[in-house]
Amino acid sequence: MSDSVAPPKETFRLSMLLYDSRYRGITIQFVVLVLVLLALGWLARNAAVNLAALGKPLRFDFLGDTASYDINQRLIEYTSTDSHGRAVLVGLLNTLLVAFMGCAAATILGVIGGVLRLSSNWLVSRLVALYVEIFRNVPVLLWIFVCMFTLTAIAPAPRAFRGDTPEASMLLWDSMAVTNRGIYIPEPLFSRPLGDLNLGVFNVSIELIVLLAVLAGSLFAMKWNNARANRIQTETGDRPNTMWMNIAIVIIPFLLVLIALGFHIGKPELKGFNFKGGINMSAPLIGLWLGLTLYTTTYIIEAVRSGIQAVSKGQSEAAFALGLRPGRTMSLVILPQALRVIIPQLISQYLNLTKNSSLAVAIGYMDLVSTLGGVTLNQTGREMEAILMLMAIYLTISLTISGTMNWYNNRVKLVER
Amino acid sequence: MKKSVFLGTLAVAGLAAGISAAGTLDDVKARGKVNCGVTEGTLGFSSRNSEGKHEGFDVEFCRALAAAIFDDADAVEYIELSSKNRFTALSAGQADLLYRTTTWTFSRDVDLKTSFVGINYYDGQGFMVPKDLGVTSATELEGATVCIETGTTTELNLADYFRVNGMSYEPLPVGGTSEAKALYEEGACDVYTTDASALAGVRASLKDPSAYIILPEIVSKEPLGPTVRHGDNDWEDVVRWTQNALVAAEELGVTQANVAELAKGTDNPSINRMLGSEGSLCSMLNLESDCFVQAIAATGNYGEIFERTIGESTPIGLARGLNALWTEGGLQYSPPFR
Repeated sequence: MSDSVAPPKETFRLSMLLYDSRYRGITIQFVVLVLVLLALGWLARNAAVNLAALGKPLRFDFLGDTASYDINQRLIEYTSTDSHGRAVLVGLLNTLLVAFMGCAAATILGVIGGVLRLSSNWLVSRLVALYVEIFRNVPVLLWIFVCMFTLTAIAPAPRAFRGDTPEASMLLWDSMAVTNRGIYIPEPLFSRPLGDLNLGVFNVSIELIVLLAVLAGSLFAMKWNNARANRIQTETGDRPNTMWMNIAIVIIPFLLVLIALGFHIGKPELKGFNFKGGINMSAPLIGLWLGLTLYTTTYIIEAVRSGIQAVSKGQSEAAFALGLRPGRTMSLVILPQALRVIIPQLISQYLNLTKNSSLAVAIGYMDLVSTLGGVTLNQTGREMEAILMLMAIYLTISLTISGTMNWYNNRVKLVER
Repeated sequence: MKKSVFLGTLAVAGLAAGISAAGTLDDVKARGKVNCGVTEGTLGFSSRNSEGKHEGFDVEFCRALAAAIFDDADAVEYIELSSKNRFTALSAGQADLLYRTTTWTFSRDVDLKTSFVGINYYDGQGFMVPKDLGVTSATELEGATVCIETGTTTELNLADYFRVNGMSYEPLPVGGTSEAKALYEEGACDVYTTDASALAGVRASLKDPSAYIILPEIVSKEPLGPTVRHGDNDWEDVVRWTQNALVAAEELGVTQANVAELAKGTDNPSINRMLGSEGSLCSMLNLESDCFVQAIAATGNYGEIFERTIGESTPIGLARGLNALWTEGGLQYSPPFR
């Protein structure tokens, strides 16, 4: 007896999009999406039409025109006869430079400060707290001004180094000069250079590539050495000492390459109005770097402190009970758990620092905003194009930073079961 | 207005509104004030005095224009603009015109959609150095650090000058004159460069002006003049001919003191036409028939303005030089009023 009725075959009808609760949500979302896209399209078209009516259609060919302005701080070759596009690239690299220097310094200072903040020494922890409260509660622009103008007001002008009895003298065996135009530090030079590798947009010195390759090789060998020690330890129970061998593996090949290349140090010298030779970190770069670092450090201190405090006290007590020393307790027990709290906060501080670096324009550091959004915008009058490009570039930088940091966070975070 | 002005939140709409609005002259008359874009503070050209009122060479031209339109030289709203935002402010309609030491160049005139309607000061870029450097010529500046205001033509001239002469330099870009002055006095740069006229003003405002010298080289042509939005010819005419009237007045011997007397009629037909006792030039501009009389009565002629604000008797101490009348070997020349 087969009286079981087959369930009615469901056919899709158009009305189900509206009346069937399974599809209704999707329908509404789709309609809203179309409306939003239409609105955006209308705005974009309206802007384009009105710009065209003003005689300023959206065009980016100004990037190929001659820039005809000079940039003092630059990482790649650039002269005033290069194009606006290259000036933008110089500015972008300057932004990345100060962002990298700032993030690195703020992280180091922030971790040290965060640990000191929890020190049982009353004076030390109060001093760090005082620093945090002062720097965190004043706008970063003011700190940048303070750093810049303190440097230019206090440091001697290059002419103070001149004469038989100069008012100012160079530091560190005459290898470093602190002036109110910037700090000149020695540069590495090679008497048997290998030349430059042309990457199209900029040149990379082959010496640098060789040195990095040697270092990478050494690290690889060091890893192999450690793996060997682990193997011996599991087989015999005795761990051979790896420290001296590791040091030798890293240092000896590096030194040999340096000697082969004829490495020597180029000291800055006072010639004419300014110091020549050496690496020049201009006053605006230092002012911006210090200002951003001192400001962002306070947030990282608080992130580190909160991260460490988030690990329950029982963890460190248990580690001590197992006989771990305080240093190992910190690195093996506390920090791995604290990082879970610290890293997401670090990401947003890195993003903040990078975005705050656009305040460079206030003190004459030629970053992306000063080149593309400053001189280039002024000389070409292409406001819309320049601002759109600025926004796109900052968005890309920020997304890259947060993407990288999220990947790192996923690697180090606790695996929860 | 086009319905696109709905986009008011975008700067674009500001631009569009500026274009599609009625003529600027009508807007100005309806508002009762001229919105005149001036510098944020260039001693001699436009700066605030101890009472907070604007004064200076460019300010006088704004006042003359207001007097020509409203018979009231004080009907001016001064909009202080930096070298970076001046053109945006003009094209967005925030200012009706710029008397803002703005150099007339091809790309600004053609590409930025602004129009230059005259030259009230023939300038050129110069260099100022501290005396104790011992520099006497700009060709000795190899390797110097130069303070420069960004967003100005001086930045480009500087790069060209040093490149053409095969010299290197370190630019130190700064946002405004006051910051530049502070950095310069602290020795953060060796050289200060800008238009020679402004340089004289900066020098006069330094703590010890006599410790600085202005080098003899003038490295560029910087014709400074009033700027208006492209495409509003009626407004252009008003600005152009008010300025011309001040120049012509000096040439014809019309001064602040005697303009009321001369306006009653003279035996010089040129004066009569300009001051309105013969013909009706002012009404062609849609202004009152005594517009130029009011302008000259408010500020005096070009020479009087010059002497009072930046001339040799003032702390700025600029000589007439290129800005003398054409009859005296200069370049200031007004087309005829007829």
